[in-house]
Amino acid sequence: MPETANDNYKMAETINEVKFSDAGMAEIQRYISHYPEGRQKSAILPIMHVAQAEFGGWLSPQVMDKIAEILNIQPIEVYEVATFYTMFNLKPVGKHVLEVCRTGPCCLRGADQMIDMLKEKLNIQEGETTADGMFTLKPVECLASCGTGPMLQVREKFYENIDSEEKLDQFLETLRNTEVETPYHQK
Amino acid sequence: MGIKILTEHINVPGIETLEVYRKHGGYRSVEKALKTMTPDEVVEEVKTSGLRGRGGAGFPTGMKWSFLAKPEGVPRYLVCNADESEPGTFKDRVFMEKNPHALIEGMITSSYALGANTSYIYIRGELMFVLRILEKAIAEAYAAGLLGKNILGSGYDLDLHVAPGGGAYICGEETALLESLEGKRGNPRNKPPFPAVKGLFASPTVVNNVESIASVPWIVNNGGAEYAKIGIGRSTGTKLISASGNINNPGVYEIELGVPVEEFIYSDEYCGGIWKGKQLKAVVPGGSSVPILPANLITKTAAGEDRLMTYESLSDGGFVSGSMLGSGAFIVFDEDQCIVRNTWNYARFYHHESCGQCSPCREGTGWMEKVLHRIEHGHGHQQDIDLLVSVAKQIEGNTICPLGDAAAWPVASAIRHFREEFEWHIKHPKEATLPGAVYRGQLATIEA
Repeated sequence: MPETANDNYKMAETINEVKFSDAGMAEIQRYISHYPEGRQKSAILPIMHVAQAEFGGWLSPQVMDKIAEILNIQPIEVYEVATFYTMFNLKPVGKHVLEVCRTGPCCLRGADQMIDMLKEKLNIQEGETTADGMFTLKPVECLASCGTGPMLQVREKFYENIDSEEKLDQFLETLRNTEVETPYHQK
Repeated sequence: MGIKILTEHINVPGIETLEVYRKHGGYRSVEKALKTMTPDEVVEEVKTSGLRGRGGAGFPTGMKWSFLAKPEGVPRYLVCNADESEPGTFKDRVFMEKNPHALIEGMITSSYALGANTSYIYIRGELMFVLRILEKAIAEAYAAGLLGKNILGSGYDLDLHVAPGGGAYICGEETALLESLEGKRGNPRNKPPFPAVKGLFASPTVVNNVESIASVPWIVNNGGAEYAKIGIGRSTGTKLISASGNINNPGVYEIELGVPVEEFIYSDEYCGGIWKGKQLKAVVPGGSSVPILPANLITKTAAGEDRLMTYESLSDGGFVSGSMLGSGAFIVFDEDQCIVRNTWNYARFYHHESCGQCSPCREGTGWMEKVLHRIEHGHGHQQDIDLLVSVAKQIEGNTICPLGDAAAWPVASAIRHFREEFEWHIKHPKEATLPGAVYRGQLATIEA
């Protein structure tokens, strides 16, 4: 069984090739146990988070089919949920997805300028991934961090008060040297 | 300096651990409620306190609790709404991140009052790091016998779980939240039936905001009557305010309801005044969906009275000259900020977040975004302003859930108070779209 998220990066061709790590599977079972008998579908969102963390930051059709199998529901029930919520990426993404807040309060403190700067520095547009596969730029709506804007999120971490070009450069440099980990492995 | 009900110990090192939290009086309300009070007595105290829902609507919490149906043999649920997504609001996140046990204590005491044996905290998926903090604290509470079977020997059982969302503003609406918690798309439900009768898993359910639930332990410990003494009139108790925008000290402040708005903006105890020595232009006092007010109407009502941080005072004058306390997200604009650009930004937000179920909201938010986009980018027509007013009017009140209203109000109010700024944008398309170019309305700016 693979131990880290990176080992699972290769996209599975069939549903049988989709293998969660032991820790990931334990996490899934734990979430399912939170709901009454017959209501296991309730755990779909946390399971999709686990899946996205394990399989390269996005949900392929094969992964979604696997989730349907685990929950004993129809694949369409997974697709319809995955397409509703903005946190789930339905196409391959870079190693680090930069989820930049673009909503009003952050813009009052320079979020627009930060997004422009990121586009220029990474030479990509919103929704695109850098040629080296390192970064995907994904503007998102308010992240409940209005007092510390401009800010952005990468996986589970908030990077706040990025109010100068120096801080932005520093942030990008840190990320370039950061390995991807699935958080529940650290417990 | 007012009384601190929610944040007294929030900066104590180690307060996120059970040991330190208990050292500072934590979980006393659980002991008191479970061992010396009946559930109905707890509900009565909350009713007496006058506590109003802190998520935005301001509906009396005790009354909401008393509506809960109690059919025999059917489980009841308490669901904590921690889906904090309203632009400008970040109080719940900061509160849970720093003091997770305070919410858990509130959940136990409140669940006991409602007769719930399983409760959920639904937290927005982006706050996964807060979910992990909460889960750690919950594990500590289980180990200490504060959760699980026969809590503190009282015979009362409670399981508490945290459930993450997936990124959807609409899931802050209580019925959309319940749909999401059941593993579905977050489409709001038609009411009735209300969640109090048919909520989570078709069972009677109460959905309360984080701050409301976290206020319950103090009410149980000190009595509802004591709580009602704090604040002014029907705005009892304290409120967490998320202050953001162009101020010197952005952050979360716990205020006694009734602090003058002017003091809140300029006092060093709170916002510390407008940053960079600039002038105040406008404030959105309760989260992006409430009406924006120009400087002259935020510190004084239309009648010239001091405006206070209360539900009543902020809404004085209705939507003609007032706004709302909402979730307490206080967004401040300095003189350089462009109201048109900000309104377009909010319209884009609501278009992005509309679930698409009701046509007026799905189509209307899209049209508002498009029209505002063209005004902001130098392609507007004078008749666009009235077009926006008309679209906003046709969304308002015509949708299943309040997201439609939330989308309409910021547009309608921006035009109501800053119409000449929209006209200027349309008349001066080139200047308006220059980087850093802003219209400075004489109407709005006042002396600090």
